[in-house]
Order: sequence, then C-alpha cells, then structure tokens
Amino acid sequence: MDGIGPFDPTVGYPSGPAIKEIGPEGRHIPLWKPLHMSRRAFLRGVVCSGTVIAGSAYLFSTASPARADARAVERMISLTVNGRTHTVDVPPNETLAFTIRYRLGLTGTKVGCNHAECGACTVMADGVTVYSCSTLTHRVRSKEIVTVEGIAAPDGTLHPVQQAFIEELAPQCGFCTPGQVVSAVALLNKNPRPTVDEARHALSGNLCRCGAYDHYLRGVMKAAERV
Amino acid sequence: MAYKLIGKNFTPPDIEAKVTGAARFAEDFRADGMAHVKIWGSKMPNGRVTRIDTSAAERVPGFLAALVPDDVKQPDGAGQAILSSQPRYFGEPVVAVAAETEQAAADAIAALVVEMELLPFVVDPLESLKPDGPNAFSGGNVVGSGIDLQTVKWSGRDFALAGEGELPRGNAPLEWSFGDVEAGFAAAKVIVEESFVHASNSHHAMEPRSAAAYWEGGKCHVWGSTQSTAFAQPGLANLIGIPLSDLVFVAEYCGGGFGGKAGAYPLMALPALMSKKLGGRPCLLRVSRKEEYDNGYARGGFQGWAKLGFREDGRLIAADVFVVQDLGTTQGFPDFNNVANATSIVFQPESMRFRAVPVMTNTVPKGAQRGPGENQTANMIEPLFDKAAAELGIDRVAIRVINAPGGGGKDAKFGKAQGPVSSAYLRDAIEKGAEQFRWSERVAASRSRDGSRVRGYGVASAFHTAGSNGFDGLVRITPDGILHVHTGVGNLGTYSYASTSRIAAEVLGYDWSRVVLEYGGTARHLPWNLGQFGSNTNFTMTRTNWVAAMDAKAKLQEIAAAVLGGTPEDYELRDERVVATADASKGISFAEAAQKAIEMGGKYSGQQLPEDINPMTIASATAMAGSGLIGVAKDTLPKVGTVPALSASFVEVDVDVETGKVDIRECLTVADCGTVIHPMGLAAQVRSAAVMGFGLAHTERHIYDPAYGRPNARALYLSKPYSILDVPADGLHWAAVDQPDFENPMGMKGIGEPIQGSASAALICAISDALGGHLFNRVPVVTDMIINAAEGMPQSHKPLATNTV
Repeated sequence: MDGIGPFDPTVGYPSGPAIKEIGPEGRHIPLWKPLHMSRRAFLRGVVCSGTVIAGSAYLFSTASPARADARAVERMISLTVNGRTHTVDVPPNETLAFTIRYRLGLTGTKVGCNHAECGACTVMADGVTVYSCSTLTHRVRSKEIVTVEGIAAPDGTLHPVQQAFIEELAPQCGFCTPGQVVSAVALLNKNPRPTVDEARHALSGNLCRCGAYDHYLRGVMKAAERV
Repeated sequence: MAYKLIGKNFTPPDIEAKVTGAARFAEDFRADGMAHVKIWGSKMPNGRVTRIDTSAAERVPGFLAALVPDDVKQPDGAGQAILSSQPRYFGEPVVAVAAETEQAAADAIAALVVEMELLPFVVDPLESLKPDGPNAFSGGNVVGSGIDLQTVKWSGRDFALAGEGELPRGNAPLEWSFGDVEAGFAAAKVIVEESFVHASNSHHAMEPRSAAAYWEGGKCHVWGSTQSTAFAQPGLANLIGIPLSDLVFVAEYCGGGFGGKAGAYPLMALPALMSKKLGGRPCLLRVSRKEEYDNGYARGGFQGWAKLGFREDGRLIAADVFVVQDLGTTQGFPDFNNVANATSIVFQPESMRFRAVPVMTNTVPKGAQRGPGENQTANMIEPLFDKAAAELGIDRVAIRVINAPGGGGKDAKFGKAQGPVSSAYLRDAIEKGAEQFRWSERVAASRSRDGSRVRGYGVASAFHTAGSNGFDGLVRITPDGILHVHTGVGNLGTYSYASTSRIAAEVLGYDWSRVVLEYGGTARHLPWNLGQFGSNTNFTMTRTNWVAAMDAKAKLQEIAAAVLGGTPEDYELRDERVVATADASKGISFAEAAQKAIEMGGKYSGQQLPEDINPMTIASATAMAGSGLIGVAKDTLPKVGTVPALSASFVEVDVDVETGKVDIRECLTVADCGTVIHPMGLAAQVRSAAVMGFGLAHTERHIYDPAYGRPNARALYLSKPYSILDVPADGLHWAAVDQPDFENPMGMKGIGEPIQGSASAALICAISDALGGHLFNRVPVVTDMIINAAEGMPQSHKPLATNTV
C-alpha cells in the first residue's frame, strides 16, 4: 500500500479469546440492573454520608449514596431546557453538561475537554453562552437553557445559522459544531448584523481542530443576512 | 469530460445531523443499566507493577468489576497493551474499573492501590543512543517498519565528532542511496548543511477516544470513534477475541482523527472486555481530554541533519539526509520512511543518501498524524531551500520550480527505487500559485516595516501518497429503483465517503436524489475498504465504486438482453433505464431490472459472487442477496506508479519584532489532486488544513519533564492548536491544478495531507523571511524564538533538545 497503511496498534496481538473466561454463563455476573435505591435508603445515605467529598467530585456527578451530602435534600430541581421544564434529581456538584447529556438525554451538546477550553459544550443560559462542562447545574436552575437541540423550530425548520452552516459546508467532523451553532445563534440574537470581526470574536471560544473556521465564519455572515 | 455529478457541489447526507445535534458519536450511546468504565494510568514513565490491590475499590458503593493486565491478552514485543503490567509511559492504562456511575468508577479508581517499581526511562531519542543511555523498552531501543527490534548505541566518539549543535551521526539501521552523492556535492555551487529538530504534537481530535459496548446473542456490539469503518474491524475483533462475524460495529461519526484514530486501537476494546466480564452489560468508557494527552497518540518528532548540494541554477544535485525519529513506546509509524519519500519526490534530487534511526522513548505512542513524516519534511527541508536560494541569488519560487516534478505530470521519480508515479503536477501547482498570489510583485515588499511589524513571504511544497488499490466495491439497485452505495471507508468529516460514492452514481447515470449511501456500521453491509487515512480515499474509493458500478452496468445490460432480446452490447444506460442503443423506446427501468435480477438470481442478485473479493464483502453481499441487483467487484484495475498528492502554498505574514506576534495575512494553497470531485469539499479541506499547518509550524508541541518523564502539555491551552482569532478572516485561498491522474478511471487522487504541510512550511519560511532569512532549525517556531531572533539574542533552547521547550 505504498506505506500509507495506518498506524495500527492492533497489530501484534495473538488471536483467540481476549479475557479470561469467567466460568459458566451468568455465574459471576454481578449486577445487571440499574442502581436501585429506595427513598428510605437514599435518605439514610444523605444523613450518614455527611461531608464526604472525593477528589474527583468536580468531574461529574453521581447517584451514589456515598456522594450525597447534607444539601442533597435540595437535589430535586426544575430545569428549563429548550422550553421544556424538567424535574430532575441533580447533586450540587453536577455540571450542566452532565445533566443535559446523561439525565435529559440531550447528547447534541458535546464534552471535548472538561475544562472550559474547547467550547464543544456551549449552551445558552438566559441567552448568554456558557461552557456547560464547567457550569454547575444548580447555578443555572432559574435560567432558560438552550442547547443545540433547541435551535431549530419545533417543526424542524432549521435556524438560518444551521442552514448557512450546511450551505457553507462548515462542519467537518462535526464534534465542535453544536457549540459553534449555539455561539453563532447567541451572537445573532443580540447582534443581528455583526461585523466579521464581531463574529470572529463571538466564535473565539469554540475550537475546531479540523480548522474549519473560515467556513463557520462565512456561515455566520450568511445567516446574518437572513435573520 | 462533462460529468453530471463529478466536479459539482452537493449536500452530504450526514451534515444536517451535525448542525442539529442529532449526530451520534461514540459517547452518545445510551442503554438501560449502562455501567461506566474508567482507567488507572501509570504514574511513572517506565515501571513494573508489583502489586495491585482492588479491595478498597471493591468497597466503593456502585463498584462492579475491575480488569487488571493479567485479565486481558497482551501484544507481542513492543506492541501497545490494552492494560499493561509494565507501563512504558506516564498515563499508560494499567487497571480498568466499572461502576454504576462515572463518579463511583472514579472513586474506585482513586481507591486502587497500585505499587510500581521505577525503571530507567528516557524522553529524548539522542539520550537513548548514548553509550550508557537507557532503553525505553526492555527488549531494545530501536525498531521500525522493516527494522527488527534491536539495541543501538552510538560511541562517545560519534557524539564528540559532531560539532556544536550538530546531529551526531552514528550507525543507522536504515541506509540507502541512489546516484553518485559525493560527485554531486563535488560539483555543487552551493552546499547547505543544517541540523534540526521537529517536535511531536498531539492530534487534538475534539472527540476523545470514548467507546461503548455490550454483548447480546453471542455478538459484541461496539460504538467506537474511528476514521475507518471497515478497516478497523479485523483488528478490533481480535482485540476483543472474537471472530469478525461476531462483531457488530457502529462508527457513524468520528469527531476528528487526523491519523490518531486510523483504525482500531486498544482502548476501543476495553468497554467490550469489561462488558464481557459483566455478562454483557452495556459499558461506556468516556475518555477525558487529559487522558487524551496521557495515553493518546502524537506525531513522531525528529532530530535530523541534511546536506543539500545545488547547481548554479538551483537544481538539487545531491541530498544527504539523516533522521532520528522519536517513536514513543511502540514501533510507532514509520514517519522516517516518508522523510525520504517526500524529499525524493518534492525536490527530485539527482542523487540522494538517506539514513534513519527510529528510537523508542518513554513518551506516548507516536502514531500517524496528518502527513506523517512528509509534513515534518516540508518544515525541516523547505527553509534550507530558502537559504540556498539566498546564497545562489535566485528567487525562492524559481528554485522550487526548477526542482519540482512536472513535465505533463509524467517526469517524477519516486523514492529509493526512483520508480514511477501515477501523475505529478507540482511544478504546475507552484507556477499557478505564484501567478495567482502575484509572488513576483508582492515579494518586493519583503521585510518592509510598519512600526514594529515586518512583512514576510514564504513558499513551500509538500507531498503524501494518495491512493491504493485492491479493495472492493459494493452497490445495490433495489426494486424501487434506488441505488444504494455501500461504503466502508469511514466518516472523518471530509465528506469523501459521500463524494467518492458519487462515482457509482455517475457511472450509472443516476439522479443524486435517488441514491442512498449505506455507511457507518456493520448493519449497513459494508464492503472491504481501506480506511480514511493517508490521503487515499479519493483514489482508492473512486476505483472501488467505479468497478462495482461497472459490474452493475454490465448486469443491467445483460438483464435487458435477457428480457428484450439481443446482446448486452445492444443496450446502454439512459435516465435510469437500460435501453436499446438503436431504439430508446425499447428498454426497461432500473427498478424493473432490479426486480428481474431477483428473479434471475445467481450473480445478478448476490447469490453468486466473484471469487476474488474479501470475506467481509462476501458476508455483506450475501446478507443482501436476493434484495436487488448487486454490483460487486474487487478493484483489479491497473496501477503501476505511486500515487502522489502534492501541493504548494504561499503565505504573507506580518511579524511584530517587539512582541513576536505573527499575523498571518494570507495563505494560498494550490492542490495537485487530480480531477476535482467536490469543489466546496476541496475548498474546506485546503483552508482548514492550512489552519492545522499553522499550529504545527508555530505553536503545537509535546513537552515532557526530562527529570521525571511526565507530560506537561496536558491541556489545549498548553498544547495550543490554532483558534479562529489566529487565522485571517477571508485570507485563506485555494486553487487546484485540476489535471486528471493517469491511473484512476476518472482521474481522481487524494490531497488531505500535503495541504497542511505546505502551508505549515510556507509560514515558517515567511516568518524567517520577515526576520532576515533562514533562521530556524526548530519546529514549532514559537514566540520566544522569534523574539530572540529579532533581538539577535541566542536561543534559550539547547539546539537538539526535543520533547521539551
């Protein structure tokens, strides 16, 4: 293949089973059901676990009783996302990205860096763009959240930004695209006639490793003519 | 030739899902009872695990299971382990834990007790080559494609003989030459001799290498992030330990790969193995950005030396190149071979010697990254051409034109064997670019000042192989008349999975709205295709789709003859009908022909298949047998030459000599990619490749602490890929030579990689031009290097130090 074969780290493995067999089927199967916790057990966890905080707690959230802290009684919150109000059980240390991706099933919002660097997780909170990977859900419980799934009209009609991004072939791999869409829409909501430089700055919190900035920028400027 | 679809823009079928958030990437997989997997990575750069105690982890509420190295199969030699008991770089996975929640999994990881014994380690290849230098791997320190694992140590004399800042050149396991190199140097008017360093850098794919899996009905279902849907499967199945037929694989989207997700990789198998241990329960491994830096992949770095001899007119008559490649901890990718290949085709030296020493270090595995070896070559060698041009007193475009292959696309010689190529129009690309950029006119402003800003111009070229052969094509016409093009190449974001499928539609004369692309997973019945890497897709996949469509065309003609009489040659395709050439009113629709194919059976509807196609293609075609007219064939079209993708870039910059800031004002890249299939797709690739190239030239690098062997560039802000504010608004331009390749039925070949390298090298040359000429033998050319150069100060780095600042 003229030396164009991929770097293939799967080469060099013997054939055959990959892990040690675990005996007759089912014998060692531990849990095969979602963690199930009674209300009583949950409250007991709240009372008993006190102030246990793990070093990894900032990363994501939990339904684990060991993670529940004294404020857990406030975990049931109302969260308005894309115009729908959800009642969700959210620990105080949970990020908005986790809540919308793992509790509400809105996986359009991507997590690319976990550290407010890349912008793939950008959503709007009361019209202001925020990095949902680094925003605690409880901090935005009173705000209107809009994710990429809430940008198109309810009948599926695409927003001018989405349509222009398609026409300009702006997305490549597509992983940063939801964040680019949300940032662009937030800009045009506030500034329907941005200059090129204003548009660049509005998108400057959204990294695109494919490097498709030029096409995203063209898309924003084209959309600005249509909103 | 006038085409109906080729050369026209279109809307790829997957793009709307990307702008609405409906696109499902690997981490978007969800299932009831899904367990979360996390990994414990080595805290040492090279060590031996002496004890793993999971008892505390098992007490974490929600803990489900742990996998340790002994639980999983291990690769031979210096291969990359799924879980390793002798991790050879910081962050290499040792233990995996599954738990009810991601938090519980993280807590269990934190509760693990893993004791390790520290072994000697090395993060600089030259340190490993010293007489008493450590080996990164117990079995040796040098390995590579065609080079057996061995220990190579250079003598103290080898090191002492090298001048200050000069690459020592001891024994090299790879050495070859062509022509009379010494005679070439003896006849040279100007000889340029420099040592240089090219950094490693992360792929920075925005989507980490997350994966999910479960087992059901004896089959393993995997959601993975890969550039290659078909090509990834055999390796992944073997990692999981199952026959290929037991793998159900979904890879509909890939959030960036750039070579780092070329096929399958050990981490992709981990959720499947954990799921097996949990009796098939769904498992998700969400990989963090930090883990991407710890145990992802990176571009191979180089320490090198080159001596180039030029005739008075600028012709390169002798080249002597010596490179030491940083492999990381595995055999890595043979970037070193591509240094030789790129040097040979871009500059067409009349004589050349090449030596290489690929060395393992205790750093992350060095996989292929966009233009692996070729793009480093552009960055390392192109500045030397500027130096030669200055000494010869000739223009920088002129020295490249006189050396570039052209001659109607046919005069290029390639590599060690000086073999043929399928087409090469680099000279045309440079000349076209120079004219469009108005090089001669603009370069007069070189080094002009506006306050502290100084203008600079750069030109450079790059290469990558751009096509392969021997893979299969598979198309199907269903009784509703719809054409289904089955493509296993992968969906990296170039949209070439779709644009190359248009060849089948073109051959059969289809309206694009009546074509359905089948891609993204085993359930779509994929043929055996090469992956989406190596700039090969345009060439390779247009050939496979062409042969499959031609097979379908022949069958349509045969069916028409069977139904309407006469011979197949009496019929032609017109408006999705197969009609008599002599009387277009006599014919049948494709829909009717597809129904007839089902009735006729045999080869027409997939019950009888060609003997030379791959088992994967056989399985896919067999699964669809009887559902329509099947067109299936292996690409056995003639292919003699190496297929080269080539490009030339022109860059204008302003360099602020007080702050070191580089303001890229304009970049034009001209692509030699054969017939253009999808103009807007090409435009997007050319512009965006330049952005990635600028980062390679200017900011991106891996940094390891040499004292502790720990990576220090473990975040995007430390590794510095370019942002939108780093590139000019409306300043990235593209053009194509648009000359058809001789060995592709419709003239196509790839382009994805060199367009990064030429832009990168042109930026380096432009920065140097602004500052007064050839100045840097180190990539990336970071801001402090620019300030030091502008101030006439010595550089703060050691000349040959790598994996450091």
